[in-house]
Amino acid sequence: MWRDAVLVAGKDLRIEFRSRVALSQVAPFGLVALALFAFALGPDRVIMAKGAPGLFWVAVLFCTVLAIQRSVSVESANGARDGLRLSGIDPAGLYLGKSAAVAVQLVVLEVLLAAGVVLLYGARIAVPWLIVASCALGTIGLAATGTLYGALSSGLRVRETLLPFLLLPIVAPVLLAGTRIWQAGMAGGTPSDGTQWLRLLVVFDAVYLAIGVALFGPIQETA
Amino acid sequence: MTDDRSASTGTLPHPQASVAPNTGVTLAPVQTSRARVTEYTIGTLALVGTVATVWLGVWVTPPDKVQGDLVRLVYIHPGVAWVALYLAFGLAAVSSLLYLWPRTRSLFWDRLAAASVEVGVVFNICTLVSGSIWGKPTWGVWWVWDARLTLTAVLLIMFLGYMALRRVPAEPEVRARRSAFVALFAAVDVPLVHFSVNWWNTLHQGATVLNANLSPQIHGSMAWTLLLGFVALTLLFVWMLLVRYRIGVLEDWLADNELDLALAERQSEGAGLDDKSPSDQGGAA
Repeated sequence: MWRDAVLVAGKDLRIEFRSRVALSQVAPFGLVALALFAFALGPDRVIMAKGAPGLFWVAVLFCTVLAIQRSVSVESANGARDGLRLSGIDPAGLYLGKSAAVAVQLVVLEVLLAAGVVLLYGARIAVPWLIVASCALGTIGLAATGTLYGALSSGLRVRETLLPFLLLPIVAPVLLAGTRIWQAGMAGGTPSDGTQWLRLLVVFDAVYLAIGVALFGPIQETA
Repeated sequence: MTDDRSASTGTLPHPQASVAPNTGVTLAPVQTSRARVTEYTIGTLALVGTVATVWLGVWVTPPDKVQGDLVRLVYIHPGVAWVALYLAFGLAAVSSLLYLWPRTRSLFWDRLAAASVEVGVVFNICTLVSGSIWGKPTWGVWWVWDARLTLTAVLLIMFLGYMALRRVPAEPEVRARRSAFVALFAAVDVPLVHFSVNWWNTLHQGATVLNANLSPQIHGSMAWTLLLGFVALTLLFVWMLLVRYRIGVLEDWLADNELDLALAERQSEGAGLDDKSPSDQGGAA
């Protein structure tokens, strides 16, 4: 399982390294979203710094949808999905590999977006480890759920429109938790507020990773 | 298919299919008389119960000391919410799980989950609307981002997503598996959403009847009316579920036989053409 996961993740990341879709299209989109939030909330930096945690996570969520779409479309051409199933790769390994590749891309995006939030909105981070922990756990949750829904919707012709509708309500807890942890880790926040939210994220990640590992085989047959 | 399994669930209408003698077209499944009687009985009880609840709630019970006439919404709102948030969602989740479980796999569970979600959406919207009508004069706003309201809204969005997914054309088995997975993922998410929105914000008043020490905080005619409301709305849900399930069976039958039916129709048209002139000239006059 683990070896298969590494193989699949390596394959997806190699495709990304050669095509640069996430870096040249999804990341700029995230920055555009940050600029649009700034236009919507006006030039007042106090309001923007206050809203920074939530805006960061909303931007991450939007980027997640794009990253998942990309992760699915990579497999949709030339019968790649059937090829993967024929190759005898363990479905659990395939799931973990796809998720890991999405997670790696999301982490890069989050670094960019966090830099954008700090520079453009004037957000001041007081407790860096909380921010890092929330991003790490949140990313795992987003990649784990996103890959599940991506696989479910992979056979649908209406995938592009249906996926965000199905996925975004499910990841609402990640948005809430991530935002609250960021607020706790910003200047003026209380760091101890973040711990229960971190626990929630751990549970969220564990639940969906377990589902994915257990059910990815049957889910693939559905598509 | 799975006639014995569906029949063993007792009251649900299980239409019987048959084949037309000349054309080879499968006839529309017909409801058994027992199922029809069950459906009418539950429907009548639901109607009587709902009318009685409205009568008791609006004319018989006294206005509340604090809330005045506003309290009358309480006879409907919790019952509707109970159906939407617990009954419909729970039934959809359990049926989806039973569909995915290989030993109990049957389109019966898939149709039941679909019917449950669709009726649940109606009740969910009624919950939000009746809550808003109560909230405006009480809290001063139509909507607050309170934990329970938020959870209800998130559930509604999940329900709508499930229905959107079902609308995507697919083989019945593929559609059933896909929808069952989505329902399962959503059901697993509900406790997580519940905790997160609870920590996020709580304003809604606590449960009145089913509180921790199980001692209802209202009395007399009000309590009985409230209880009757729960029963009547539950019956209403069951009745709508039965009807929706029957429609689901007919929909699947239509999807399977649409082409055969259209062909048979055209053939009979063609047989009649020799005797009559084309009828489209009548439209110009």
